[in-house]
Amino acid sequence: MRELIEHLTPRYSLGAPVFQRPGLTFVDVKRDKLRALLLDLRDKHGFTHLVLLTAVDWLEEGRFQLTYLLNNRAADQTLGLRLYLDRANPMGDTIHDIWPTAATYQRELREMFGIAFPGSPRVDEEFILEGWTDMPPYRRDFDTLAYSQQTFVERGGRETHEPRATMKHKLYPEG
Amino acid sequence: MKDIDKSFKKDTETDFPLREEMRPRKVTTPDGQVIDIDPLQDYFCQEPPKVHRKSYSAIVEGFYNWARANSLWILGFGTGCGAIEMRPLMTPRFDAYRYGIQWRPTPRQSNLLVISGYLSVKTLKRAIRAYEQMPQPKYVVGLGSCTINGGMYWDSYNTIKKLDEYLPVDLYIAGCMPRPEALLAGLMDLKKLIRKGEAEGANRYAENFDWYKANQKSVIKDWDMPDYSW
Repeated sequence: MRELIEHLTPRYSLGAPVFQRPGLTFVDVKRDKLRALLLDLRDKHGFTHLVLLTAVDWLEEGRFQLTYLLNNRAADQTLGLRLYLDRANPMGDTIHDIWPTAATYQRELREMFGIAFPGSPRVDEEFILEGWTDMPPYRRDFDTLAYSQQTFVERGGRETHEPRATMKHKLYPEG
Repeated sequence: MKDIDKSFKKDTETDFPLREEMRPRKVTTPDGQVIDIDPLQDYFCQEPPKVHRKSYSAIVEGFYNWARANSLWILGFGTGCGAIEMRPLMTPRFDAYRYGIQWRPTPRQSNLLVISGYLSVKTLKRAIRAYEQMPQPKYVVGLGSCTINGGMYWDSYNTIKKLDEYLPVDLYIAGCMPRPEALLAGLMDLKKLIRKGEAEGANRYAENFDWYKANQKSVIKDWDMPDYSW
């Protein structure tokens, strides 16, 4: 794996690799080099399987991290490519023509994080949510608890007869 | 609760646009006529449900209730993980069929809707349609703590917390998840309620129809179906 990273780093100006454990490596990539790198990895280096494409919301740093996890089945190696996008106007590049499954991931990211992937098939149709009008719910500034309290009716909790509080209230109702 | 960010306000301004197939449009018939179609008015029945009145005599009503209690046909619609607990009931080990309880594939053939576990907003829409298509007399059983107070989905953005706001629940079976034994006991309790004539959920739904509809529409934003869709 180290040889491969050393081989690819000058060509695609990769960031510093993180060797998480034998068989799992993460490396940062630039957006303009991503497509060429993915094609190179798939066609020349045996990373034929897109395990997943997911996003992390780094709210404090003002950016989204896309993680492309690729697997080389024969060599038992997994390579995670990290790509950072601006959080204010997140715009990714579609890779559905490299791996068709990516279209589904991109639809999900579009709906749950609001990351646009122009050109990806059916990306603007709703995927899991139906009739969603609020901000994308996986963004970290979306407060699910507050949203659910403002939207769904709650059942009142049980009545409590804890002796200390009950007797205090009974004997000294004024407090 | 302390950890709620008061600054977060839900977006209440934006309305979800009506789906294209539900919008009024002009259609040319095969013989060249141009007619106006309003799908929500023309394709569905808008008649609200009616209260199912009791029989003229208490003895006859008691006989009806006895008959109803012994024919519980459950709609095989699993909304959440509780559906897994219904499967063993169909097997010889628990064998719900000996009590006259069986599962049917369509709402038209069933009279008991078991909301089995958490109900997301998307599924709630389907559950409402399924419930409204069931013929009277019909009953609703809420299964598991998710239907009672949200359960472990208490802070979910997409899961309702109190089922009886949206559908008239006759009986809750508590647990996360209730075991098949608990389900059987619950169904026996439902039978007792029906025998006593107290399982009046469908009538409650008809009487408070506007309240139920308002609650349902406050949660389901893209309401692309008629108000009553039987």
